[in-house]
Amino acid sequence: MSQFLYLYRSEPAVRSQAMSPELAQQNMQRWMTWMQDLEKKGHLKDRGQPLENGGKVVRGKQKTVTDGPYAEAKDLVGGFTLVEAQNIDQAVELSRGCPILDGGGSVEVRPVMRMDY
Amino acid sequence: MEHLFRRESGRLVAALTRIFGVHNLALAEDVVQDAFCRAIEVWKVRGVPDNPGGWLMAVARHRALDVIRRERTARTFAPEISRMLDSEWTLSPAVHAAFELPAIRDEQLRMMFSCCDPALPEQTQVALILNILCGFGAAEIAAAFLTGRAAMEKRLSRGKKSLAASATLFDLSDTDFVTRLSGVRGALYLLFNEGYHGASAQAAVRAELCHESLRLVLLLLEAPGADVPETRALAALMHLHAARLPARLDREGDLNPLLEQDRTRWDASLAAAGLALLDRAAEGAIVTPYHVEAAIAAEHASAASVEQTDWSAIVGLYDRLMTIAPSPVVALNRAIAIGQRDGADAGLAALIGIQGADRLKRYPFYAAARAEFERVRGDLAGARRDFAAAAALARNPAERRFLEKRARDL
Repeated sequence: MSQFLYLYRSEPAVRSQAMSPELAQQNMQRWMTWMQDLEKKGHLKDRGQPLENGGKVVRGKQKTVTDGPYAEAKDLVGGFTLVEAQNIDQAVELSRGCPILDGGGSVEVRPVMRMDY
Repeated sequence: MEHLFRRESGRLVAALTRIFGVHNLALAEDVVQDAFCRAIEVWKVRGVPDNPGGWLMAVARHRALDVIRRERTARTFAPEISRMLDSEWTLSPAVHAAFELPAIRDEQLRMMFSCCDPALPEQTQVALILNILCGFGAAEIAAAFLTGRAAMEKRLSRGKKSLAASATLFDLSDTDFVTRLSGVRGALYLLFNEGYHGASAQAAVRAELCHESLRLVLLLLEAPGADVPETRALAALMHLHAARLPARLDREGDLNPLLEQDRTRWDASLAAAGLALLDRAAEGAIVTPYHVEAAIAAEHASAASVEQTDWSAIVGLYDRLMTIAPSPVVALNRAIAIGQRDGADAGLAALIGIQGADRLKRYPFYAAARAEFERVRGDLAGARRDFAAAAALARNPAERRFLEKRARDL
């Protein structure tokens, strides 16, 4: 088994879109069902954490600090999850169930570099 | 978990309105929306906490403090507690106090009374209650009332503008209380009927409207001064009707007429609660339409079958209703009861004899009632003709399906 990091990307506007309680609950339910399914099949290594939209960026030798990422960004990282899968194909296959895709967002699937060779 | 957000929405908006003031209703709604978004983001990854309601409340409280600290020079908040919000010493206790259960209950009641401002059309009053107190979105309310979403959004925003224009929410010790209370009962009655008889084809939506009306009428009974016979009669009527909901729709979500319902599926605990409320509604001398309608529902609830129903008592109650709140629909129901008591010929005669029957011409269940009596009399051709006429008048697909099915089953 190898590890993969899912990076959830979406538009901040879509993420904090006003949803009726009904829709909000449905959206959350879909996420939880998906996560539970990953867990049940033994793929969930770490649920990860959701991230706030804004923050600071520290850059370069000068260590300049700027506000960001900007809310206008089209694909802001909103959270991450660590999963285990046989290979990247399986990790990709598993990510297809992620509800963020229904809202126009994306899942970036990144293999974690192995330590044990 | 089911409908948590919807349930919490009304409570949180109430608490926040107590802090921000009703003129900042939109701000209160934004904060609630923000709390929901946060909850979704966190819960969907980390799972739902043990006390989700408390979690949401803590987030809303936190955000309320932020908003006040950031905007207290630019905005005015609730006049009643504005002094408390000005000082860091009293700010946090004041915000905490607004989220205490009795405060939330009082604020929901005041909101309910404010929504029922007689200056607003009744449909707007009901829509506001559903949106602010019950957490229904514009689209869901529009679906329940069979109107467009855009039209409902306009209606809601007009209503909210009018709410926000008032300096404070309705004061429950106002001299106008009794008059406004009657308006509140009227709106809850309308809300319940929309769920029970309404046009929306979605059975789930309609059952939810009924259950929300029950919740609100029980909340209303907690208001000092509102626990009077007339309110109890309304609550009784809602409980007794709601008891029949499980048997009222068949598996396909189609209407199942009272006379053919499987009474073992009626909710016995709701019926018992309704009968107890009706007992308590009998104090005092006034008999309102709510009393009589509840008494009719009680007759049905206490009868084990159609045959064991005391139709004489029911006809008597309809007679009474005709004297205090006459309407062609009441007359129609009275004629149906007469048909049960005296036979189809008498029922048909009563139907034809309804004064102002022409006002029922466009009401599908008038033709349907004729058809039912014709069926019992063995006049299948007449029954077929009248069911077809009724189906042509149907106001929505569910009614049409029901009436066409009746014709097919002849």
